[in-house]
Amino acid sequence: MEKYITLPLTEELAKTLHAGDTVYLTGELYTSRDAGHKRMCEALARGEALPFDPMNATIYYVGPAPAKPGQVIGSAGPTTSGRMDAYAPTLLSVGARGMIGKGDRLPEVVEAMKKYTGVYFGAIGGAGALLARCIQRSELVAYEDLGAEALRRLYVKDMPVTVIIDCYGGNLYASGRAAYLAERRRK
Amino acid sequence: MRELPVARITEAVERLCMNACYHLPADVKDAVERCRACEDGAIAATVLDQIIENYRIADRENVPICQDTGMACVFLEIGQDVHLVGGDLSEAVHEGVRRGYVNGYLRKSVVSDPVRRGNTGDNTPAMLYTEVVPGDRVKITVGPKGFGSENMSAIRMFKPSAGLQGIRDFILETVENAGANPCPPVVVGVGIGGTFDKAALLAKKALMRPLDIRNSDPFYAELEVEMLDKINELGIGPQGFGGKTTAIAVNIETLPTHIAGMPCAININCHATRHQTEVL
Repeated sequence: MEKYITLPLTEELAKTLHAGDTVYLTGELYTSRDAGHKRMCEALARGEALPFDPMNATIYYVGPAPAKPGQVIGSAGPTTSGRMDAYAPTLLSVGARGMIGKGDRLPEVVEAMKKYTGVYFGAIGGAGALLARCIQRSELVAYEDLGAEALRRLYVKDMPVTVIIDCYGGNLYASGRAAYLAERRRK
Repeated sequence: MRELPVARITEAVERLCMNACYHLPADVKDAVERCRACEDGAIAATVLDQIIENYRIADRENVPICQDTGMACVFLEIGQDVHLVGGDLSEAVHEGVRRGYVNGYLRKSVVSDPVRRGNTGDNTPAMLYTEVVPGDRVKITVGPKGFGSENMSAIRMFKPSAGLQGIRDFILETVENAGANPCPPVVVGVGIGGTFDKAALLAKKALMRPLDIRNSDPFYAELEVEMLDKINELGIGPQGFGGKTTAIAVNIETLPTHIAGMPCAININCHATRHQTEVL
């Protein structure tokens, strides 16, 4: 199913999404990957606030290439999400709801998504030039010293993503492959 | 003896880093487009279309195909009749990488220490391999290697009794375990034989071979075709969403090995299998 969604990702909105849906996202999201996630979770452990309001936020696992003159941002496709699995349940517990990346997640992340009504979207890995075209604004929020891993706020317009894991535990990596193999056996 | 200033190697490496990150080789594009024509999964076909559109944008606008512009793997084949002058060869290569990644707006993805981390800020050092060959030329290949796929690679020291079936199972198991992580459709580089380290290097070199050229030994050429078919029966599909196209090629390289062993390394690459070559 094709859906156009305006962020932030509320609980109500998250409940309407199912594994396999093609979704076009418009609105603000935050970039973070390995080192940024580590810092955010360390800040939370010390009882400090995050550099942005996590409530209903969507985090894009990306370390963009630098912008060429005249560009908003360089190529910006997703990185492998599994490296953020150690941190994702903590971020979901403080209100973050959407995650964009690629690759499967651990069962504990899926359990946290069910508990806190989270959604995991996949963007096309290796399509960084195409995805950068959907990014209309990019501003630094924190962790500038991390370079490509700095925390940025992006404004995206109609960014194409696919729901991989929904808040009910549905998983496209399992169902998509099974459906394809079943279809092929029928032929 | 022919003299070659190392500054020319710096210039070539700078150019090759940028071109490799912006422009996918024709043989890789052909392989993706051939797979698109045969793809029978609906979501899978859409994903392949987006992958094709992406490398066309990168071509037109001279921007990186993927934001992970990788670690710069640099292979030098140095003719034994060349005298390199004007400085340190390794430093000349690192300087080429530095300039390529800074001037080309490529992402700097290298940390100076594997445990303590800390970005080096200019994507150096290169992963440099040198080989001395006959002649008076220097052949330079730059293959930027992303880590989404590098992380899904594997090596195993087989007993010779494992035989061909052991290799077949290991290839399938590695691709299956990788799932969606390495951005399928992937290219599978396989190195069999040699020593522990040589097998891994062979697997990396296998990824630099054009995808439309099969192994010159018919036994391994057949194995490449057979394994590609078997991988594409797994149903993982582009991006792991389900479909036929899980891999676009399997390249196998081999070396003689010890009577007691059969090392096998598998280096996975994403659909952005990037490499460019120049001869000086």
